[in-house]
Amino acid sequence: MIQINNLTKHFGDYVAVDNLSMSLKPGDILGFLGPNGAGKSTTMKMITGFLQPSAGTVEIDGLNIEDQPLAIKQSIGYLPEGAPAYGDMTVAQFLDFIADVRGLQGNKKTERLRRVINSVELKSVLHKSIDNLSKGFKRRVGLAQAIIHDPKVLILDEPTDGLDPNQKHQVRRLIQNLSSDKIVIISTHILEEVTAVCNRAMIIAGGKKLFEGSPQTLQAKSQFHNAITIHFAEPVDLAPLRAESSVADIKQNAELTQITVIPQATANTLFSTIYALAKTHDWPVTALYAEQGRLDDVFRELTAGV
Amino acid sequence: MNMTKILFKREFSSFFATPVAYVFIAIFLILSGVFTFYFGNLYERGQADLQPFFNFHPWLYLFLVPAMAMRTWAEERKSGTIELLMTLPITPLQAMLGKFLAAWAVLGLALLLTLPLWITVNYLGDPDNGIIFAAYLGSWLMAGSFLAVSVCMSALTKSQVVAFILSVVVCFVFVLSGSTMVISAFKGVVPSVLLDAIASLSFISHFDALVKGVIALQDVLYFVIVMAVWLKAGLILIERKKAE
Repeated sequence: MIQINNLTKHFGDYVAVDNLSMSLKPGDILGFLGPNGAGKSTTMKMITGFLQPSAGTVEIDGLNIEDQPLAIKQSIGYLPEGAPAYGDMTVAQFLDFIADVRGLQGNKKTERLRRVINSVELKSVLHKSIDNLSKGFKRRVGLAQAIIHDPKVLILDEPTDGLDPNQKHQVRRLIQNLSSDKIVIISTHILEEVTAVCNRAMIIAGGKKLFEGSPQTLQAKSQFHNAITIHFAEPVDLAPLRAESSVADIKQNAELTQITVIPQATANTLFSTIYALAKTHDWPVTALYAEQGRLDDVFRELTAGV
Repeated sequence: MNMTKILFKREFSSFFATPVAYVFIAIFLILSGVFTFYFGNLYERGQADLQPFFNFHPWLYLFLVPAMAMRTWAEERKSGTIELLMTLPITPLQAMLGKFLAAWAVLGLALLLTLPLWITVNYLGDPDNGIIFAAYLGSWLMAGSFLAVSVCMSALTKSQVVAFILSVVVCFVFVLSGSTMVISAFKGVVPSVLLDAIASLSFISHFDALVKGVIALQDVLYFVIVMAVWLKAGLILIERKKAE
């Protein structure tokens, strides 16, 4: 259980985080979104006890970070931005060091190290020094050190930044496979990541909370939510479609071969209407699908001008 | 396992994973050899002691210790590992002690490797080994004081070069304050109480007493206090400025 109340951080006159509150319970995977400089990393640094808040409190399982820093730090796994690690150590030495600091001993330590190295697939670079690793491997080493003690709270600052699509997929699978009694906070710029792995989403900009809810609610804010996109083999006359009461707007591409039909807010019969029209007018439809909502647009709308 | 011990282990092996420890030890041994035999005339003096060897130590440490310690915190800041370190379940004091003790152990190791000199004078003559032991102890304590200053300066900045220069300057003040040059410059200008205070701040006056074979509590305590004060200052700097 994480309880954050009115968290604020000033750097001189600059307000990095402004009166942020949230409450997370076990099983929550929070996607923490925002433009660069929105205060995501600063918030994470305060939750992990690296920075002291100017005002407000962070409580994890009823313990206050300022009163009980060691107990809280023990229950958190943290991947800082850029996955810093001691470059002169080999991967094996580094993970061994972290395991020692996390208080793992004997068989338990061996077992945890083995599992983590397997799940992040580090076996092939175990005896290379971290300085010589590729970006993807460095990120994975950072992930490994964050989960080595099986923490209750996992805080990942841009875990997939700079990874290739395969590695991104792997990291997402890793997060999904974490047991369901954990609290995970992930900051990211990649919106699809939020719908892929998170069950909660929060958008901040200028240190202020702009949205909080499920990724589905976020998608529903898009004007393209429940819109229908149709591809045609050749342009067709759209007049009959425009006349329908359930259609709010139609967007076309330059060649007029692809349209997106935006429904009226209350309409739920759009699909069958389009299907019937296509049949009557014998439209050369090559593809027809429903849109989930374009998160990029929602993100831009919410954060523009903040 | 105790946290300070774990951190000590990491820092100590890091000195040997990078060439820092080897370079430091090699240069320390070569320079102390050169100073002892070439400038110190160990043989020509015709006395079986290590006085010429120890006399140059403050000047060796003045440059070598800051060079060795400049990375201590500056590198953690520069590479961002400080964020990792400070969010692990350890206290800043444990981190500071682990780092300091590891570097101090490397300095001790360098001193231990000069033991062939001690064997030589024992072979050639009949020195007072009690004096030599006191001098070794004094040298190690003084090295620790140079180190504590340098670690504190390293906590001040991200740049290792800045840390090095600041350390040398501050250490130089501590070395020089007891020299005849400074003392005679202040003589007659300031009251003698203040003059004594300035002189007693110097590493050299306390070190000289130990090199002569007198292990006085006040000299040992002086070095211990210098180390404690500078490490505490470094700790405050790190806690205040860790995120900058």
